[in-house]
Amino acid sequence: MGFLSFLTGLTFPRGVHPPGLKEDTRDKPIRRLPFAPRMVVPLQQHFGRPARPLVVKHQEVLRGQPIAEADGFESVTLHAPVTGVVEGIELMATARGPKTESIVIRTAPGDSQVIHWARPQDLERLNRPQLIQAIQGIGLVGQGGAAFPTHMKLSVPDGYDIDTLVVNGCECEPYLSADHRIMLEQTDAVIAGIRIAMKAVGADRAIIGVEDDKPDAIAALKARLDKDGPISVGQVRSKYPQGSEKMLIKALLKREVPSGHFPYHIGVVVNNVGTMAQLGTLLPRGEGLVERVVTVAGPGITRPGNYRVPIGTPLRYLLQQVGFTGSDASHIILGGPMMGNTVSSLDVPITKGVSGVVVLPDPEAEDTRMQPCIRCGHCVEVCPVGLNPSDLGKLAAVRQYEVMEERYHLNDCFECGCCSYICPSNIPLVQYFRIAKSLNRERLK
Amino acid sequence: MAGLGVLLAGILAIANRRLYVYEDPRIDQLEDLLPRANCGACGVAGCRPFAEALLEGHLEPARCTVNSTDMNQQIADMLGVALGSHERQIARLACAGGSHVAATRARYQGLKSCRAAALVSGGGKGCTWGCLGLGDCEVVCDFDAIHLDRYGLPVVDPVRCTGCNDCVDVCPKNLFTLQPESHRLWVACLNQDPQDEAMAHCQVVCTACGRCAADAPEGLIRMESNLAVIDYTKNALASPVAIQRCPTGAIVWLEGQAPRKGSGARKVTRKEPLPRMEPLPRV
Repeated sequence: MGFLSFLTGLTFPRGVHPPGLKEDTRDKPIRRLPFAPRMVVPLQQHFGRPARPLVVKHQEVLRGQPIAEADGFESVTLHAPVTGVVEGIELMATARGPKTESIVIRTAPGDSQVIHWARPQDLERLNRPQLIQAIQGIGLVGQGGAAFPTHMKLSVPDGYDIDTLVVNGCECEPYLSADHRIMLEQTDAVIAGIRIAMKAVGADRAIIGVEDDKPDAIAALKARLDKDGPISVGQVRSKYPQGSEKMLIKALLKREVPSGHFPYHIGVVVNNVGTMAQLGTLLPRGEGLVERVVTVAGPGITRPGNYRVPIGTPLRYLLQQVGFTGSDASHIILGGPMMGNTVSSLDVPITKGVSGVVVLPDPEAEDTRMQPCIRCGHCVEVCPVGLNPSDLGKLAAVRQYEVMEERYHLNDCFECGCCSYICPSNIPLVQYFRIAKSLNRERLK
Repeated sequence: MAGLGVLLAGILAIANRRLYVYEDPRIDQLEDLLPRANCGACGVAGCRPFAEALLEGHLEPARCTVNSTDMNQQIADMLGVALGSHERQIARLACAGGSHVAATRARYQGLKSCRAAALVSGGGKGCTWGCLGLGDCEVVCDFDAIHLDRYGLPVVDPVRCTGCNDCVDVCPKNLFTLQPESHRLWVACLNQDPQDEAMAHCQVVCTACGRCAADAPEGLIRMESNLAVIDYTKNALASPVAIQRCPTGAIVWLEGQAPRKGSGARKVTRKEPLPRMEPLPRV
């Protein structure tokens, strides 16, 4: 099989091939949108503990100024996305559902919104713990969607040696092309970020995994890299979920992350190209994370494209700016259509982990009624982690959630959605698994 | 083959003797008197562990809330112990926002399960705290004590409810609590939004106006994060006086089997669901 992978490109077993649908946005340069009149910055935009606010009501803040500090190691700093006045710290709607404490800032009208607040650092003089601390200080979290704090990912527990930093430029979700544009337009920042991350984890080499539907990005990266240098580009096949870290490691390094383990257990750390670009741009300048690139696409959008959106911009404002024509029956998804989160309110803000906004039309035209399982086995054939979604689904239907976890490895499921996508009977398998995981988590408490 | 059969039978016969474990025959008798619902309302895992606990004297027969008092008395007579007194606990829902009074902001499609809906951006209800009305509690209740009414709001049958805690565990919005029967005053709302925002989502919301706290005896009710909170350590002071001036009827008094609103509460005559708040996406 080794020589065949030359012909087909590197990849992982199983998975699905959803249509790419990136034509509308991938050739459009990243553009900036106007600043919304009111910004909502949730204290918890990341995995871990919420940040502690540093500002009070009616306080004036400068763009880039820290407005909340990290509460312990499992938290990150937040920075003001705009120059303006703090309206208050209130419970505000978020994409996840429950209202969370958020800092609401009224944007100062007519301000140039230049970043005035920066603490440049000489990166050469920092040792590894100081580097990790500096990364926490710029408030960086994974830009791919999970919003895992980057400093936590880059601090490897004692006893583990990292030999390879894998950089994820796959962007396998349909519609999204933000990472693609970042690789093209911010190539130097990506590479600078990779060098910083390699130093932080102590890796000797880095591989940037890019899907083969982005030849221009591969060419752009290769043009900036030495042929025999420590950083290389690995072309992987366009397949979903190629951008999942475990799948990417499998494709590039032929290593498997064992069940219940993390990539660092096998000497690998994975980061997204968007995260690397932010790291390479912000850390040398000592600025905080105040904006990110978001793909806005889908049939309900007049001006699809990649936009530089300040963190905390309300979704309603963003959609107005890009010409939202969807009806009230539209699905609005934060993230990609496969793993993203559908929102029930337009008042939710764009947070650090939102890689895209996809507006899909009313799906009622299709027949999405659930039918009985016909035991075709398609879900088993596509599950990238090798689970049996069919049996798991049947157990979930009879509420055997503990059995699912103990005997069917439910917790290895990362909700990629391949099984639901392929199921000819329209069984919402991932929804079942999410219910099961949620109830199991509560049972542990 | 026959020899082998005899040999194995012999081993089994010896094993039966040597490995015999004595078990009190009264455990089986007690189990026959118990409902075998294995609901866990008594505090132990099931009916057989409860029978064992009864024999050891850890628990009193009245702890079984599924059995009738007659049956529990039989158990007490058989064991020669007192019946004991245990106040029944009943599940109560801290939400009164059915579809005719609480607005929705998005339509939810997908599995008919509150937990599934709550995982998708909190579900389609306008109020982030409120009951989603998809009936996870109705499905999980082993005693047929919870039914959704015509507005999609669960109604607990206080006679059938055993206080087994299943609905408390299953509700993704944590709206159920177990309350002793004597707690007749309660607040059927968990919305923490400030008054105007809360009223935009629901007509029976607690707006934290503070009238109940002013009317009730000192210290019984306090206002906390835009909600009235009852201090049940002072439950003896509670009376229907607290509910009289509530403008929305969010604080109720249990009269017989059904909760009663105060006379000052706005009357809800609407029967059909409220229209959606604004043209918005479905979940």
